Amino acid sequence: MMSIADLLAESPFFVGLPSVSLDLLAGCGRNVHFSAGDRILSEGESADEFFVLRHGRVALEIDSPRQGPLVIETLRPGEIVGVSWLLPPYRWTLDARALDDCRAISLDARCLRAKCDDDHDLGYELFKRFAGLIRSRLQATRLQLIDLYRAGAS
Amino acid sequence: MSQVTGPPASPAPMRPVMHRVVRRRQDLDDTVTLWLEPIAEAVGLAAAGQFNMLWAFGIGEAPISLAGSDDGLLVHTVRAVGAVTIALCSASEGTEIGVRGPFGTGWGQAEAEGRDVVVVAGGLGLAPVRPLVMDILSRRDRFGRTSLLVGARSPDTLLYHDELTRLAADGSIEVDITVDTAPPSWPGHVGVVTNLINGAADLSPEAAAFVCGPEVMMRFTARALIDQGLAPEAIAVSLERNMHCAIGHCGHCQLGSTFICKHGPVLPWPRVEPLIAVRER
Repeated sequence: MMSIADLLAESPFFVGLPSVSLDLLAGCGRNVHFSAGDRILSEGESADEFFVLRHGRVALEIDSPRQGPLVIETLRPGEIVGVSWLLPPYRWTLDARALDDCRAISLDARCLRAKCDDDHDLGYELFKRFAGLIRSRLQATRLQLIDLYRAGAS
Repeated sequence: MSQVTGPPASPAPMRPVMHRVVRRRQDLDDTVTLWLEPIAEAVGLAAAGQFNMLWAFGIGEAPISLAGSDDGLLVHTVRAVGAVTIALCSASEGTEIGVRGPFGTGWGQAEAEGRDVVVVAGGLGLAPVRPLVMDILSRRDRFGRTSLLVGARSPDTLLYHDELTRLAADGSIEVDITVDTAPPSWPGHVGVVTNLINGAADLSPEAAAFVCGPEVMMRFTARALIDQGLAPEAIAVSLERNMHCAIGHCGHCQLGSTFICKHGPVLPWPRVEPLIAVRER
């Protein structure tokens, strides 16, 4: 049976992270399972954990009063579900819903933030990786905003 | 990848050759596919990636990429965005349309034989890559792992939906579709098309890439492919510009010293990148 550290090492997000750091992360981790349709995160609720998706897909959604829930992005195995745990006020800004039966590793945010405070090398490495993730999601959102495919857009 | 020029254009490239619409399919609210049959003579056989100039008589002509050839019929997918394309989209079966062409460069997929292939299409950019994909499917054993990555605005604006569904089910090539926004009922991916590239962790650095879509999408797609290890020269993109003469005389489609109608529309990324980096005023 693979350890949590081994499972984390399979995610492209953690590629190159030294095993000592993976072990530290794994100390805050546990395996979780969601059935298709389960709500994983809810906008406005406390961001106490985040997830490394191992199997299945997750939809990030935002509820619009006129249009109902809109899917902003779907995440696939290996990807990270949740970044709001990283910075105050530690509150989710989107909903997340399992599209399939999902398996993931949940990482306890309080536990991990405490380890980052104690071990700044670990904290710096994690912040660099999350900054890259936030940048790529911001860029994707910008591209969605300019509505690339509307008639005459090219 | 160096692009390949298709068969030479007609000896009288400015003279439209009469064709008749024999089939019309409404693909999207503003997009139609036309099957054109030659009335007396035929235009030359186009290579995948080339385009024809289609005449709506009394209104004007517009450059439209070949979306396929079907038992001697030209297949063109047209989006209604201006007077000419609105007229073309309104053409019913039996309408006579003038055709000049074929013009420009093809995808040059022969150079990709023996390698993995990734085709990335956004929006109406799926039409020019359709004959490329059909050609790969017809000679499937000559190409390595082949992926078709498709981006669209929303599920209801996804071009060739039924054909993509069949292709995905067939399994000869990998088909991955994403839309920018979707209701929860959409079973596929949501996000920009570059996410599909970033998610393709096992993309071979030796792969050949063919990209067609809005210019911004192609810019970010090319960068994402390069970030995944592809050589810039292994990426071919198809540019859309305001072609008028289509034979490199009038300069309407000129970018620097490049006439998109003649030297393109398919060009290697290293040649395109500096051209589209110049901001339009």
